Amino acid sequence: MSEETEPRPASDAVGTASADGAEPILEVTDLVKHFPIKAGILIDHEIGAVKAVDGVSFSVNRGETLGLVGESGCGKSTLSRAILQLIEPTSGSVRFDGREITGLSRGEMRKLRPQMQMVFQDPYSSLNPRKRVAQIVGDPMKLHGIVPRGGAVKAVQELLERVGLNPEHYNRFPHEFSGGQRQRIGIARALSLNPKLIIADEPVSALDVSIQAQIINLLEDLQEELDLTYVFVAHDLGVVRHVADRIAVMYLGKIVELGPAAEVYANPIHPYTLSLLSAVPIPDPRANAARKQIVLEGDVPSPADPPEACRFHTRCPFATDVCSVEDPPLIDHGGGHFAACHHPLDAGGKPRAAEALPSPA
Amino acid sequence: MARFIVRRLIASIFLLIVVSAVVFLLFYVFPSADPAQLRAGRQANADQIQAIRESLGLDKSVIAQFWIYIKGVFTPLDLPGTDSHGPLYFGHSYQSNADVKDVIFSDLPATVMLVVGAVIVWMGVAIPTGIISAVRRRSFLDRATMITTLIFISAPVFWLGLVFLYLFADDVGLIPIFPGIGSYGAADTFAGKVGAMILPWLVLGLATAAIYARYLRSQMLDVMEEDYIRTAYAKGLPDKRVIMKHTLRSAITPIVTLLGLDVAVLLAGNAILTETVFNIPGVGAETFNAIKRSDLPMIQGITLFGAFFIVTLNLVVDIAYAYLDPRVRYD
Amino acid sequence: MSDSAHSAETLLSVEDLKVHFETDEGIVKAVDGVSFEVKRGEMLGIVGESGSGKSVANLTILGLTRASNATISGRIMFEGRDLTELGGEELQRIRGNEIAMIFQDPLSSLHPFFKVGDQLIEAIQVHRDVSKEEARKHATDLLGLVGIPDAKRRIGEYPHEFSGGMRQRVMIAMALANDPKLLIADEPTTALDVTTQAQILRLIERLREELGMAMIIVTHDLGVVAEVSDRVMVMYAGEAVESGTLDQIFYDPQHPYAWGLLGSLTRIDRPRTARLAQIAGQPPSLIRPPKGCHFRDRCPHAFEKCTEHPDLEARGGEAGHTDRCWIDPERKRELRVVSTGEIGLEAPEEVTS
Repeated sequence: MSEETEPRPASDAVGTASADGAEPILEVTDLVKHFPIKAGILIDHEIGAVKAVDGVSFSVNRGETLGLVGESGCGKSTLSRAILQLIEPTSGSVRFDGREITGLSRGEMRKLRPQMQMVFQDPYSSLNPRKRVAQIVGDPMKLHGIVPRGGAVKAVQELLERVGLNPEHYNRFPHEFSGGQRQRIGIARALSLNPKLIIADEPVSALDVSIQAQIINLLEDLQEELDLTYVFVAHDLGVVRHVADRIAVMYLGKIVELGPAAEVYANPIHPYTLSLLSAVPIPDPRANAARKQIVLEGDVPSPADPPEACRFHTRCPFATDVCSVEDPPLIDHGGGHFAACHHPLDAGGKPRAAEALPSPA
Repeated sequence: MARFIVRRLIASIFLLIVVSAVVFLLFYVFPSADPAQLRAGRQANADQIQAIRESLGLDKSVIAQFWIYIKGVFTPLDLPGTDSHGPLYFGHSYQSNADVKDVIFSDLPATVMLVVGAVIVWMGVAIPTGIISAVRRRSFLDRATMITTLIFISAPVFWLGLVFLYLFADDVGLIPIFPGIGSYGAADTFAGKVGAMILPWLVLGLATAAIYARYLRSQMLDVMEEDYIRTAYAKGLPDKRVIMKHTLRSAITPIVTLLGLDVAVLLAGNAILTETVFNIPGVGAETFNAIKRSDLPMIQGITLFGAFFIVTLNLVVDIAYAYLDPRVRYD
Repeated sequence: MSDSAHSAETLLSVEDLKVHFETDEGIVKAVDGVSFEVKRGEMLGIVGESGSGKSVANLTILGLTRASNATISGRIMFEGRDLTELGGEELQRIRGNEIAMIFQDPLSSLHPFFKVGDQLIEAIQVHRDVSKEEARKHATDLLGLVGIPDAKRRIGEYPHEFSGGMRQRVMIAMALANDPKLLIADEPTTALDVTTQAQILRLIERLREELGMAMIIVTHDLGVVAEVSDRVMVMYAGEAVESGTLDQIFYDPQHPYAWGLLGSLTRIDRPRTARLAQIAGQPPSLIRPPKGCHFRDRCPHAFEKCTEHPDLEARGGEAGHTDRCWIDPERKRELRVVSTGEIGLEAPEEVTS
């Protein structure tokens, strides 16, 4: 595949590694979520739209972890919610387990909901402070009419044990737990309905580094035991390093790079990916001093008024005239490694990514 | 902002129509004395009552009566030669046959005077009390203040009114220094009316001040925990400035909302207890009489007027909020 | 590491600082005998988990530990004065003037109702006798200094109109308003995206080069410390458990807790391992921490001696490299696994892909 001279255009379900026979559990095609901006004294008329998600396609295989990475405001949280139909996509298709789920009725979606769960960023605000752990973890089961063998309390205790909490603490309130423990409660709640897919939206960003490692290891263990599929959303390529099989990098509502994790970390193609990698702090002072860091200037532009053509061209160190004229398509650079860039870093004669990256020891 | 205000005004008009419909319905659904009979007096015969009923329009269907009423209230002009009575025509009182609008307008000055004075008393007392209690939390002063306010909150206004009369009224009081019951109606100079209002102001003002002081105290304590207050101290600002500028500015904002709503409700007739105790001829006292006599046009008129105050002051509060809190934008 | 030629004079010296809070459950020993020094122009990194006492210690330096149930003892010597003995007004003259501080969450740390410019002007005028116009000009310059484009216009905006990174720049500008000798940054990048974090860390480095002030950076992330610090102190359960130069902490860490912190970092500069080395369990109670070494019940290498409380002292390493661990330094070299590029409490599993 990598021998192809011409990069080939992305197929509908970008990045499906159909070669190894793995079957996709989630297929997202041309997903768009625009939030209209309205104005008018009496009668509203649309004067524009916040293009939070603007034509995103990818697929996730059963048992796989996709790392979805980008800065705040890149649309990754909106994308997660649009996938789960927590907000209605403007257009595009989301297939879960082979079935189209956009446009499903409330009732039909309700039946599917248990199979797709979400873990949230902030373990402090995502748990109801007035409910006991047994309720927080057990209520989804009650809501979906699931009566576990051995009773609800036993089921909750098993879940608590599974996520590494003391099952005797089922009667406590969230405030009696530390941040890391609360995130475990959030995970137990997500697991309570035996989901197939978990979308974790920045699940460790609010935690201390030492606790992040615990949660990441827990998520990995659970994936193995329960055959889970993850979409792991993060702003930090470092955090998904240990969990992701494939990485999708998002910028202003679009995927700019998508590929096998090892490839993306070792040979990033899109300059934005490179700058994200370059921003990750390295706990090695000498390596740090040696690397040439690329620090992006300014903030992500407003998704209500994104730059023309390649959206990254306003901040890109390699941008040329073509970047502000023509929107580069997401094309395969070989081995299922896609990128949308006029000046891909894997092309000859470019300043290689290696200069900005610390060389693996 | 313009869009917000226009939309809110339209919504307000609909709300007022709904309010009058609800009052109308309540009056017809729940049995009360027949207004025609009340008007006719004890000796009236059936024909007389029927004549009165027709003259009041009570023989028409509920819908027709309601339609006539709505037209009267909302028709913008007083057009000669039509059945239109111009804007704000609430009909005539069943009881006294006076134009309801005139009655309400003649009652309003007393109520407005009562409320304005009381607001000055309660804000004047509550703001310093709330600040001092918050700053000296758990001190003797704080505890004493909180107990006092609790007493004022727990005491019903009419009881408090009687206590104040017993203590200070110039006719029955132990320390006869302020004019007592009925002195407002008797006073014919403005100074006399002000004097007559002193006790009502104190009663209504202090009772409400207690609530506001406690609310402000808890707001202040919450704000003191904010990160930006820590920043203010870290900048090296003197304590006084941190409290009077940074903390109070945030803590007072929700108080403004509360104030707007309380004033609206009081103008709408909620000063009924204070007005009754001190025999002040205001909107509250009028409400009391109208209900007693099943005077539908009066009740309607007062209710709509009250609803108007509440809706308007709500809008004013929301607009004020946008100026007080720059994060709030309505568009 | 930078500017070692710079005057090695001590600017701040904290000696046996204790901050205890009396609560219904008992005395919370948030900071329990911490000593450290900051030299002029130097950057000290203080690292630890939530609840290790790192933030409380630094707030106490500025006299911002205002809780009525707090007892503070020890000495905080700043340019010959003991800050613990200063009165309110004397402390106010130091705060935001000689010692400035920035905080974790730049959104909640700025007053939402006041314009950014007015908050800056206030910070200037409280310490300097200048007119409002002069202060406004200085404020605009400060915003420019910290890299906020279009400072003249933005000075009239409210904090919510700024992005997270830009707000933290505003906080930094405010802290720099009076050319402080010491800047304390409490988790300055924790609430930010990595890209923004990189911007802020570069900014801090640049400002330190230009202005030459001393800094304390407080963080839970050793990666952040590695980028900017000269020396590092690792705190655990209200105590310093290890202290040394950047190289000593990163290439010759002595305390198993430091090993754990290093091992739990995800690293993009190393081949991916199957598992992250994690520190098991939760931080201890600060009311009744384990007797002896506070880390002992989470430490896989604990032995009998660990029931005795170890002092912070040089234990065979280089001068100035101190720790609180009873394990023989030779044995430590075997226990911590450095050879494969992983320093952790547990030996790393086989490297996958």
